[in-house]
Amino acid sequence: MDWITWLIWVIKALILIFALLGGFAYLTLYERRALARIQTRIGPNRAGPFGLLQPIADAVKLIFKEELTPAKAYRVVFFLAPIITMVPSIIIAAVIPWGPPEPPVVLFGRTITLQVADINVGVIYLMSIASIAVYGIVLAGWSSNSKYAMLGGLRSTAQMISYELTLGLGFVAVVLLAGTMRMIDIVEAQRSVWFVFAQPVGAAVFIIATIAEVNRAPFDMPEAEQELTAGYHAEYSGMKFALFFMAEYQKMIVICAIAATLFFGGYLEPLPAFITNISWLSWLKVENSPLLGPVYMFIKIVVLLFGLIWVRATWPRIRYDRLMAFGWKILLPLSLAIVFITALGVLLVDEFGNNLYLGVVPLASLAAGLVAIVVVDRALRRNVYERR
Amino acid sequence: MSVVEPVIELGRGLWRTLSSMFERPVTYQYPEQKRPVRPRFRGRHVLKRYTNGLEKCIGCSLCAAACPADAIFVESAENTDENRYSPGERYASTYEINMLRCIYCGYCEDACPTEAIVLGDNYELSFGSRREAIYTKEMLIEPVWNASQTTPQKTPRGMYTRSVPEMKNAHDG
Repeated sequence: MDWITWLIWVIKALILIFALLGGFAYLTLYERRALARIQTRIGPNRAGPFGLLQPIADAVKLIFKEELTPAKAYRVVFFLAPIITMVPSIIIAAVIPWGPPEPPVVLFGRTITLQVADINVGVIYLMSIASIAVYGIVLAGWSSNSKYAMLGGLRSTAQMISYELTLGLGFVAVVLLAGTMRMIDIVEAQRSVWFVFAQPVGAAVFIIATIAEVNRAPFDMPEAEQELTAGYHAEYSGMKFALFFMAEYQKMIVICAIAATLFFGGYLEPLPAFITNISWLSWLKVENSPLLGPVYMFIKIVVLLFGLIWVRATWPRIRYDRLMAFGWKILLPLSLAIVFITALGVLLVDEFGNNLYLGVVPLASLAAGLVAIVVVDRALRRNVYERR
Repeated sequence: MSVVEPVIELGRGLWRTLSSMFERPVTYQYPEQKRPVRPRFRGRHVLKRYTNGLEKCIGCSLCAAACPADAIFVESAENTDENRYSPGERYASTYEINMLRCIYCGYCEDACPTEAIVLGDNYELSFGSRREAIYTKEMLIEPVWNASQTTPQKTPRGMYTRSVPEMKNAHDG
């Protein structure tokens, strides 16, 4: 292992970090513009063409803001909490594959894999890093020595721990379908059919759990503006606040990248085969031009991010007890059922050696999803009835 | 009882927001594109003039008396036919409004016997200090139409004895 290998690692890591930081900046602009259009406004369009310099103006503003520390805050933890929140949101992106292993990308006579760390337990890495993020938030809420921040931190802990189970089971369904935990192999296993079609309800459950995991609307309990001012970062200002803000948006990007990798075919081309089989369009295939992998990934991430923004613009925040009830009573049993159904489908295929049995998986999980909807519906109706 | 009803409702919400994305934005691009104010808008005050250039304000201080925020300060002085600012005996030698105190209620407008003070359509008030917030008579008074109409004017004797104009049939406008 020579020093150039190390250099390649460092460069790849730096590129990823800067891509995430830049992505954060422009995600804020993207979100503001998209929200504005949904509300029939225009949004920030003053700083630079189409408002493209707005994130820079925001950054300059935040840097020059005064940083306050509450008098009775626990200073060490208060200082460390933003860092603890920020770091996992970046390093979680290390295992996401951005391009296919075959054919190799050759630069200066060296093959370069389009992934920072190709570890064979990528899914477990994702889960473990995702659970670290909750520490930063609860420590921030606790060390601020403020009631609002404390409540926000506590809510966030409860919510993230509850939804992490569902998230983990969502991972399990994918791992069962792909038969591996290595991220590249998971993507390669989706060459015939994306897992979102093989396991539609699993994808829906996974996405709901990720929205709750990154504290986005309609699950943005920890920072419910109307109830808790700003939740766990109520006492933070200046760049410390900016770190929380950055972490939240980077988590959004990363979680969309993970969802794209696990369910939406990762770096595979988002085009049906009858288009890419036309001879003069065959360069669109990712195995013919591997550098298109990051581009396809980018497109998928942008589309998924629009989904998050769209949901935020549409649905009101869910009440806290209902959030917990939904997590524990609906999503967790549903995700258990999905894991069971997926395992059953894989077992049937193994037993009878006929891939058609995999069709059991989407059908049975759709039925399970329908049952879940019925349960929610009946629970809501019963509450209405009892109140009368 | 329809099972998929809640899902359809959620989907309807999503469709509503998505379709509103393609509506025309209601935004006015403010500094370049201004929306005209309503006829009864109460903006910054203007001290009006008669068509011959004499000031309508006669320095009676009724506006200052009516002002609930105590924002107006008026000092009056005597008119002469050589140095005539307004019809009648007196004119406002000092007229100041503290724009930090003014609440734009329009009572001064109602109190004025000569309709000299009017709340105009200018809402772009900004100032860097408390002192700048005090608008003086020079800033508030309407500009003259031509240079010969500047006050003070030299007027014929006995022509402008009435300080308050004769009442005509009441009409709005």
